Amino acid sequence: MATAAIIAASDVLELSEPLPLDCGQRLEGVRIAYEAYGTLSPARDNAIVVFHATTGDQHVASPHPITGKPGWWDRMVGPGKPVDTSRFYVICANVLGGCMGSTGPASPAPDGKPFGMRFPVITIRDMVRAQVALLKELGIERLYAAVGGSMGAMQALSLAANWPEIPERVLSIASTATMPAQNIAFQEVGRQAVMADPAWQGGDYYGTGRAPDSGLSVARMAAHITYLSEASLTEKFGRRLQDRAKKSFGFDADFQVESYLRHQGLSFTGRFDANSYLYITRAMSYFDLAEDHGGRLADAFAQSRARFCVISFDTDWLYPTEQSRRLVHALNAAGASVSFVELSAPFGHDSFLLDVPALDRVVAGFLSR
Amino acid sequence: MNQLRADLALIASHVNPGSRVLDVGCGDGALLAALRDERGCNVHGMEIDQANVAQCVEMGLSVIQGDADKDLAFYPDGAVDYAILSQTLQTTMRPAVVLEELLRIGRRAFVSFPNFAHWRIRMSLLMGGRMPVTRLLPVAWYETENIHHVTIDDFRALVAARGIKVEQAWFLYGNKRHASAATANFRAEHAIFLLSR
Repeated sequence: MATAAIIAASDVLELSEPLPLDCGQRLEGVRIAYEAYGTLSPARDNAIVVFHATTGDQHVASPHPITGKPGWWDRMVGPGKPVDTSRFYVICANVLGGCMGSTGPASPAPDGKPFGMRFPVITIRDMVRAQVALLKELGIERLYAAVGGSMGAMQALSLAANWPEIPERVLSIASTATMPAQNIAFQEVGRQAVMADPAWQGGDYYGTGRAPDSGLSVARMAAHITYLSEASLTEKFGRRLQDRAKKSFGFDADFQVESYLRHQGLSFTGRFDANSYLYITRAMSYFDLAEDHGGRLADAFAQSRARFCVISFDTDWLYPTEQSRRLVHALNAAGASVSFVELSAPFGHDSFLLDVPALDRVVAGFLSR
Repeated sequence: MNQLRADLALIASHVNPGSRVLDVGCGDGALLAALRDERGCNVHGMEIDQANVAQCVEMGLSVIQGDADKDLAFYPDGAVDYAILSQTLQTTMRPAVVLEELLRIGRRAFVSFPNFAHWRIRMSLLMGGRMPVTRLLPVAWYETENIHHVTIDDFRALVAARGIKVEQAWFLYGNKRHASAATANFRAEHAIFLLSR
């Protein structure tokens, strides 16, 4: 792993106190890698936290140190953009359990060796708790807004539910308050692919010269399909063949869509740690804000004074609009100020990352006042 | 700020400053923006059309994409001071249920609708023998969203039967007020009621 380059690229803060976790354990010396953009106002009232999605990282608007690609939300975050860094101080931290500089399964345990599967199973709330601790260390008590898509939105919602005094605005894009069975199922496929790879070695592959790249690659391929829509796959690839005139009657990547997925899987292994993938998807499958609040989702937001904006996409079948609508109904029942719109976009779940002008306008409008 | 439609301006002028308001079928958010910016109200909206909702949120309004027939059920009792339903009642599947919901969620409710007993409409049906197409009802029967046409007297009968109190009523002919409640069912194109329990 290119850890040295990453740590050079991002600020890393070591929490001064042990981090209590939902599983009952406490983690000592937790490190959180983060990127910050813009300037914190003297009143400290213009901070926005952008929470990243499952396989995202803190490089929301700066080039990725391994791939060199632009930040994952470069189109949304920057000067004059909807999340305007000339007005707001924008923080994005690598989640607890991640592999881009924050403490995770690849980090050294107290015995000096990597945690591997000795790393405690974490939850979305644990990820948020780590970032709340980061904010505290940075001297930020309130957030102008908590913003996220997909797993990022789960963190934003968890923040509103568990630390209601912090966010003044909460923006949830393409997400849910309760992980549905279908999503749990897909993620289990991914984890089983990793763990079935002999190179995984029970999670103790660090320093062995072998890593479960094949398993992680398959996990990424399966997950990637769920981020797209049938229409976008058909439009992009159809049944077109890859660099050949006819089918090979073999098991090479005959179809463009196969070649694309293999490329997605392989390139993912170059920037992501397999154990992090296990832990982060586990945290998502445990996510249920209603369960955490006596089974009634509205009660999760009873203490929140934040304004909410909930956005879904009509082609997102991984986190369909119905999930967002359930959240909105709970927010209505809690008496919260809430905006909700289902936007039309062709790209499936990935719409939140892609060129959807209506999304830009809605985000800018929501954050403007 | 664009000029508000006559019925919306009339509603806006009768909402107490600083109130909590839910506008059901808020369209492009013009009334909500006026209530927020000019009367300091805490405003919320519901709108079925996606483009309208997006426009409202772009204006910084708290508006949810929803359907009056389905999504009002999730609001708590007495959530707002005023629930507003302007030119939407006649488009709902179950107008009486929606009306009850408005008065459950709001302490008071403004309801406005085009009057199907206006004399032009009566004449159009009587003389033409076809479903009327007028300035306020410009769409042919097979395309109109107005599935429950209602007259002022019908509405009065409904609220009386449900024990709903009419606090005030206003009647419009074009942008002008029509003063007489007695002749409103024949002479007014449009009615606005302020209701309470």
